[in-house]
Amino acid sequence: MLTLTLKEQPSVPLEAEALSPDLTAGLPPEAVRALPVHLGKRQLRVADFFEVDGAPGDELVIRGAADKVKWIGRGMTRGRISIQGNAGMHLGAYMKGGSIEVSGSVSDWLGAEMSGGSIRVRGNAGGQVGAAYRGSLSGMKDGTILIDGTAGLEVGMRMRRGLIAVGGSVRDFAGLEMKGGTIVLRGGAELRTGAWMSRGTIVSVPQIPLLPTFTYTSTYNPTFLRLWGRYLSTHGFVLPYEEREGAYRRYLGDSSVPGKGEIFVFQPHAS
Amino acid sequence: MLRIAGGRVYDPANGIDGVVQDLCIDGGRVVGDVQGGRAIDASGMVIFPGGVDIHTHVAGAALNFARGLTPENYRKAVPFLHGPERRAGLGGITPTTFATGYLYAAMGWTTVNEAAVPILSARHTHEELRDTPVVDKASLVLMANNEIVLDLLEADELEQAREVVAWLIWAAKCYGVKAVNPGGVAAWKWGKNASNLHEPIEGYSRVTPAKIIAGLAQIVDDLRLPHPLHIHCNNLGIPGNISTTLETMRVLDGHRAHLAHLQFHAYGGDGWGTMRSEASTLADYFNAHTSFSCDAGAILFGDAMTITADGPWQHLLHQLTGRKWGNVDVENETGCGIVPYVYKGHNLVNAVQWAAGLELLLLIKDPWRIFLTTDHPNGAGFWRYPELIRLLMDVEHRRDCLKKLPKRALRRTVLADLDRKYTLSDIAVVTSAGPARALGLTAKGHLGVGADADLAIYAQGPDGISFGRPRYVIKEGQVVVEDGEVRPASEGREFLVRPSYDEKIEEYLRPLFQKVYTMSFDNYPVEMERLTRPDVRACE
Repeated sequence: MLTLTLKEQPSVPLEAEALSPDLTAGLPPEAVRALPVHLGKRQLRVADFFEVDGAPGDELVIRGAADKVKWIGRGMTRGRISIQGNAGMHLGAYMKGGSIEVSGSVSDWLGAEMSGGSIRVRGNAGGQVGAAYRGSLSGMKDGTILIDGTAGLEVGMRMRRGLIAVGGSVRDFAGLEMKGGTIVLRGGAELRTGAWMSRGTIVSVPQIPLLPTFTYTSTYNPTFLRLWGRYLSTHGFVLPYEEREGAYRRYLGDSSVPGKGEIFVFQPHAS
Repeated sequence: MLRIAGGRVYDPANGIDGVVQDLCIDGGRVVGDVQGGRAIDASGMVIFPGGVDIHTHVAGAALNFARGLTPENYRKAVPFLHGPERRAGLGGITPTTFATGYLYAAMGWTTVNEAAVPILSARHTHEELRDTPVVDKASLVLMANNEIVLDLLEADELEQAREVVAWLIWAAKCYGVKAVNPGGVAAWKWGKNASNLHEPIEGYSRVTPAKIIAGLAQIVDDLRLPHPLHIHCNNLGIPGNISTTLETMRVLDGHRAHLAHLQFHAYGGDGWGTMRSEASTLADYFNAHTSFSCDAGAILFGDAMTITADGPWQHLLHQLTGRKWGNVDVENETGCGIVPYVYKGHNLVNAVQWAAGLELLLLIKDPWRIFLTTDHPNGAGFWRYPELIRLLMDVEHRRDCLKKLPKRALRRTVLADLDRKYTLSDIAVVTSAGPARALGLTAKGHLGVGADADLAIYAQGPDGISFGRPRYVIKEGQVVVEDGEVRPASEGREFLVRPSYDEKIEEYLRPLFQKVYTMSFDNYPVEMERLTRPDVRACE
């Protein structure tokens, strides 16, 4: 386990895609200290910003106020990153495997265009979680992102596969232009959820405002939500799935595309 | 001074087919002999004249729009890092200007022809060409939808039209005339297209696509431009367009003409489900009519960016693919559409297109009349030409690739039956000697005494020649690529023509400009100072 402790918060965002188990696993601490990071247009060394301790291995622990440290775990394929505190933008972007755990909050573009692996954030996340970068055809292609707190705009924008579950509320345009995969909104969403979605599934436990281009189809308890519910409960996410608790109203859309996506909204039984 | 000793030279324009001989260079040109100077030992290597791309899209407003429209392509692209003598840039399907020059040079290509310049944005095109290093450049000006020209054709004033065309070529500081979807882009501004060559186009009562084609071919011949009319036929990409292509050639009978990206015009069938390759029909007609040249416009599977002045086709492509779409109307001159595209081997239509391009290259017998292009970036990036060369030279490899295509596609092509194999000399013709001759660039495409010293030297390994990685590339006598590294080089030249016209034509044009253009007449022509190293070629 290699521990990197941020000495002080950089004045401008620090681009640190070298902080990935793929790069650090086989390296002794001195070599990790020499890895390049970018502060603005200047290329500097990891050691200029971090104290590096511990033995090389597949696990990387990052401590300190890393709010402005971008691109941690970019494209990682294996191993584990544990962030004790906050992290900056693009955390786990393009990641293919391994896991990232954050005790604090993270900024925008968490797990953007990822294709595997898992990310767990205990605090809040910014916008564009698991989203496609501007212009790209698809966002996350597989993997899991679990956020205990809230998330920002365009969660799962253009996602094609995988799971995003958010414990708190999310802002506008969750599932924008979604092409597949699943978004679970434990705490609901603001406006225009599922806009332009062509396929994929959005599940909301609270009632959410729906676009007029979504059509009500039926109320039932889908079998797959039972599976999701059980899976998520092992991670501390409560998604009601028992028939005695209530049922899900299913809406089909977005018919302005036209799309065949679905939004499930939980309807508790009147008690 | 430079002596290249002991290389096997392929110089088909001078009848030299794999002869081991020394090449001497002085003052940027090939000379008979030199004393002293640097010597390159090229023994065991082969030498080709530098590649000439007769039809490519590398600069200008449309290309820049495509660059802006697809930021995602640059995130995946190879970066060119800046150095003391090299500018930064990015690759990808629409490389940035500096990267374009480096990529062409790194492949052994030394002359490129930018095939579509709207006059209104010609200034922009020339500024981007100035920033495209190493290679020499020519450019073609878009004319077949220019409403001033069409109005004159409507009134049957061909002589006046000729004066206008000559003035416009000089205003744009271009080298030749390009006709894109004649009449179709003008009709597009009414939401229409021009699919029948003999029906008047929207907004006119007598101007038909055929009239535009014949009129422009006549004008280009009368002006004695070094490059004939460069034509992108109507109905590009549409199943059954073979009849339009054949009819276009009939209309052009008796004139010189260069048919661009012929692959996109060689389809039979009456819909996407029945589309087939009609390359053999097209090749038969083409073989029998020797006043035409063409370029293949072959496609390769993978990413592409479709950019063309053919606005209506691009709108259709956008509807077919659901991909993003950019459309530009260039006032009363032309239009432009942009749609990113991916050619896929398992797609029936794409498989037929892939085969059709190769069929044309194999069935058109005279390599001096068909040239290697992918209509970059429409069919594939130009840096993939080595893949095409391998497909033309290696029959086994071609058959292996064919086996991967859907069975249904194989029934719609004759490629499996073709066993023609390109020789190294044929490759030198279709990549350099032929296009240089068709462009009328007499010092390009050959290595005789007096020729521009543009050449590529390839090592010959046990697996043949690796065309993607020349050992050396020499441009105007300077070594610009060595060991796969592009070295600092002088700017390339820009070729243009100054056809003769009566200055009085400006009296006719000036009031028209006041009436219909957003730009004032005096600001319209590109100043000569905008071009670096301009080289005005004679019209004779």
